[in-house]
Amino acid sequence: MHELAVTQGILDVVIEAAQRNGGRHITAIDLVIGDLSSIVDDSVQFYFDLLSKSTLAEGATLRFRRQAATATCADCQHQFTVGVPLVTTCPQCGSVRLHISGGRDFYVESIEVNDEDSGGAADPQRQ
Amino acid sequence: MKIPVVRQILSANDQIAMENRAAFDAAGVFVLNLMASPGAGKTSVILATVDRLPQGVRAGVVEGDVASSIDADTVAARGLPVVQINTGGSCHLDAPMIHSALPHLPLNELDLLFIENVGNLICPADFALGSNLNVVIASVPEGHDKPYKYPGMFAAATVVLVNKFDLQEVFDFDLDYFRRGVAMVNPDAPVMPVSCRSGAGMDTWVAWLVQRVARRERGKD
Repeated sequence: MHELAVTQGILDVVIEAAQRNGGRHITAIDLVIGDLSSIVDDSVQFYFDLLSKSTLAEGATLRFRRQAATATCADCQHQFTVGVPLVTTCPQCGSVRLHISGGRDFYVESIEVNDEDSGGAADPQRQ
Repeated sequence: MKIPVVRQILSANDQIAMENRAAFDAAGVFVLNLMASPGAGKTSVILATVDRLPQGVRAGVVEGDVASSIDADTVAARGLPVVQINTGGSCHLDAPMIHSALPHLPLNELDLLFIENVGNLICPADFALGSNLNVVIASVPEGHDKPYKYPGMFAAATVVLVNKFDLQEVFDFDLDYFRRGVAMVNPDAPVMPVSCRSGAGMDTWVAWLVQRVARRERGKD
């Protein structure tokens, strides 16, 4: 259910952006999603296909750019990429004093629209 | 043609959360968003906190549940104003749900409002409600690894309570390990062990809360 609400959020953002730009049909959506946000790409895609029907975004391709989270060791300054579940010790010095940054982004970066107004019809290449 | 957007996916929710916050601020109500797993003791923390508030502090509650009014009935039995939100399957409260509950709350007669979110360590973290504080309640039987498994929730916390701490020995709960997990994603969040059952730690938590409310009243929060 989480992804349903998130997908509706994506749709609201992109349709508003498309309407501000002449109401042209959206062909692709670039999303930036942090690795620590619990969003499953496939699930977003599933809901998107349902929710986008008969909208300016119907048939648009979703492109996910995953943003990694970085751990920094407070003792040896070693930096490394982490996912969930978080690691508990520094692989270089064994310290447990780690700080995690990044991996929390959650936004629509850009959209691609038809170069010419297609009157709201879906991109034929996507049918 | 590519059009840059750069807009938060949940910006529509965030906007309504800001409106909620403005309504709370106008009425002088300090709002807590309580998030936890099912059964961690959210309702118990609300009741144990209300019991220890300084005299004259008026508290109200919003109960979020997928279904039922069990929690709202428990809270109402203690004489607290309460609004039940049934999300009908949704795994979290969102700002529009709180916005719809506003007319049913006697905001001008309240000082503190507890919003008990749906029991879940994932989704509620992403949906701002307009609260002043995000209180994450972990509990000893869930285990000390939760901050490592659900970093998003612990990163969203202003303060973390570890409830059922009277059971620490029974469950071999390693508080230092737990604290390190929270500190990794959220070095500023205090971690406070409490027990609603024995009352241990509750005075520390309530004193901290009262101080935060006073800070807000001095215009610093």
